[in-house]
Amino acid sequence: MSLEKFLTESRTTVLKRWFDAVVDAYPPETTRLLKKEKNQFANPVGHNLSQGMEGIYDELAGGLAPEKVQPHLDQIIRIRAIQDFSPSQAVAFIFLLKKIFRDVLGDAHTDEGISPQELLALETQIDSLALLAFNIYMECREKLCEVRIAEIKNRSFRLLQRANLLAEIPEHESEFKKGSTPIT
Amino acid sequence: MAKVPKPSELLLDYALPKAEWMDTKPDFRPGTWCYPGKAKNLDVLQLPHAREWNPPDEDWKLPSNWKEIIFEGLRDCLDKYRSLRIFMDVCVRCGACADKCHFYIGSGDPKNMPVLRAELLRSIYRKEFTTAGKVLGKIAGARELTEDVVKEWFYYFFQCTECRRCSVFCPYGIDTAEITIIGRELLNLLGLNIDWVVGPAANCFMNGNHLGIQPHAFKDMIEFFVDEIEAVNGVRVEPTFNRKGAEILFITPSGDVFADPGTYTLMGYLMLFHEIGLDYTWSTYASEGGNFGLFTNHDTMKKLNAKMYAEAKRLGVKYIIGGECGHMWRVVNQYMDTMNGPADFLEVPVSPITGTVFENARSTKMIHIVEFTADLIKNGKLKLDPSRNDHHNVTYHDSCNPARGMGFFDEPRYVIQNVCNNFHDMPPNTIREQTFCCGSGSGLNTDEFMEMRMRGGLPRANAVRHVHDKYGVNMLSTICAIDRAVLTPLMDYWVPGVGVTGVHELVGNALVMEGETERTTDLRGEPLAGMEDIENEDV
Repeated sequence: MSLEKFLTESRTTVLKRWFDAVVDAYPPETTRLLKKEKNQFANPVGHNLSQGMEGIYDELAGGLAPEKVQPHLDQIIRIRAIQDFSPSQAVAFIFLLKKIFRDVLGDAHTDEGISPQELLALETQIDSLALLAFNIYMECREKLCEVRIAEIKNRSFRLLQRANLLAEIPEHESEFKKGSTPIT
Repeated sequence: MAKVPKPSELLLDYALPKAEWMDTKPDFRPGTWCYPGKAKNLDVLQLPHAREWNPPDEDWKLPSNWKEIIFEGLRDCLDKYRSLRIFMDVCVRCGACADKCHFYIGSGDPKNMPVLRAELLRSIYRKEFTTAGKVLGKIAGARELTEDVVKEWFYYFFQCTECRRCSVFCPYGIDTAEITIIGRELLNLLGLNIDWVVGPAANCFMNGNHLGIQPHAFKDMIEFFVDEIEAVNGVRVEPTFNRKGAEILFITPSGDVFADPGTYTLMGYLMLFHEIGLDYTWSTYASEGGNFGLFTNHDTMKKLNAKMYAEAKRLGVKYIIGGECGHMWRVVNQYMDTMNGPADFLEVPVSPITGTVFENARSTKMIHIVEFTADLIKNGKLKLDPSRNDHHNVTYHDSCNPARGMGFFDEPRYVIQNVCNNFHDMPPNTIREQTFCCGSGSGLNTDEFMEMRMRGGLPRANAVRHVHDKYGVNMLSTICAIDRAVLTPLMDYWVPGVGVTGVHELVGNALVMEGETERTTDLRGEPLAGMEDIENEDV
């Protein structure tokens, strides 16, 4: 069997096991919600996880173009980057794929399996996914800091603007004459 | 040094801990808790046990009789608020509320389920106040009050925005927000609050607003916006301050005065009032619509609310119009009347322009600017050019407090649809009474809490992303100052390309004013649709 055929035939099985493995890592009450609730607005985490996984899987099966797989990885990692996970926990879901592929291959009859070379090629692609995942994780964490800094700046912008008008831009004479007091 | 996981653990240990909820303790990781209230702010508010302390520390320096204080405080609350006793006894743990909390949906932490958040307090109530709990202990869902329980309260009662979405789904009508309110009230008895709540409350108490802007500076800042409006359309509006005998006192959250994009909403108010010739005044003393007392304790809430009415009395106005604020309206609609009402020295609000009597405000004598404006539009009193908002494709976030606290759903949509040509609502289970919170309300809009705010805001952002992808929505409108401030970073993280606006900013853009020059930009100085080239030529 070719790798391509294997990936097509195993899609449903692998995606199901992958999704279950990822959501089983949440507390049991949450796992139930993530698996059962089908409304995408009542269960945004479960919805985005499964959508993202499907996208990643299809890109993996289609040859893995980084720019195409990136939005799907982002859909998952943007969430896990702000949940209660360490960085390694946040991206570990990528590595779970290796185990799942091996398990699925192990379940299949030997003559239907794929060659060791093909398996290695697939796992190398998963490694590439992991590297992309690190990039996205860092982008998300940096974004988190960025929005925090922007919020602090914005909070004091108008106050600084008033103070600066008096202290640093004397050509705005009309403002100056009003005798406004800078806010300290 | 941080614990370095073994290679074997890295792949296998990706799961969150699985233990009974009573046996897990919160981990005070940065980003999941807010800085503690400073002693000086607690002192100003005359709150007990002011001291310097830090949540990640082992020792929280609790007073020696802290247990007695909590039990006495809880007993007092149970006697005072019959609703609390019902909420403590009536829950059957059906789970209808469990998956309705934005913090739970976003974080996956079961203690953010409203039912479990309430159990944090209920378990102590059972042990101390019920026979079953005393005798059966854990079997009856009861547990001892320990310092760890207090720490857990602090962690989780400040991970609830008191938005009340859960209460919409409770078959018994348990208002879990009220449980958080009581939880925070008890924590306050031990000097445990967050500085983002007690700081603004103390400032409001001393200077009239959250930031501590003094009267001269407050006036100065509003005059700054008068100049900004003139730069946009050549009309010079003339607000007055502390003017005795004005017909109406206008009060809005101070966030509109000092933080973008709320400032543009404030410009919208100024323009509207000028255009209709409203006889109104600002107060530099009651210069805050927000009431962080609601997030502190009942007494502080009452004091800060009373200030607005005292100022209305001093100035001799007929009634009050309130700006686009969230929790101010919850306080006015649900608590004001029993705390400080009835405001019988004021008159039942009547619009001087349309003659409409606002019967809904018969007792509080305070009406919402959006209902006031909706009435003006309905009666054809405003000349509007909605095409001036054509560069916006707008959706509307129902702010929790006006939505669930006063059933305010249609008026904002009516106004928006009269001043904008492009409007798309978000999916039904994310708006109106089921609206998802911004994730930063009830005093949790502080920057050190950003990670948790992103979790709490995930469900809201997810719905915005849907209309962004489907209809090209690029502007999220709302009628709450906290929303205007916090939805901006939320959109920046989850749905880049979506801005945030107040409804009266959109009104200000569309309002055709007497004597105005041709507008080429909106209130933000951004080119109107079709005017992009003119802007470039100017440059």
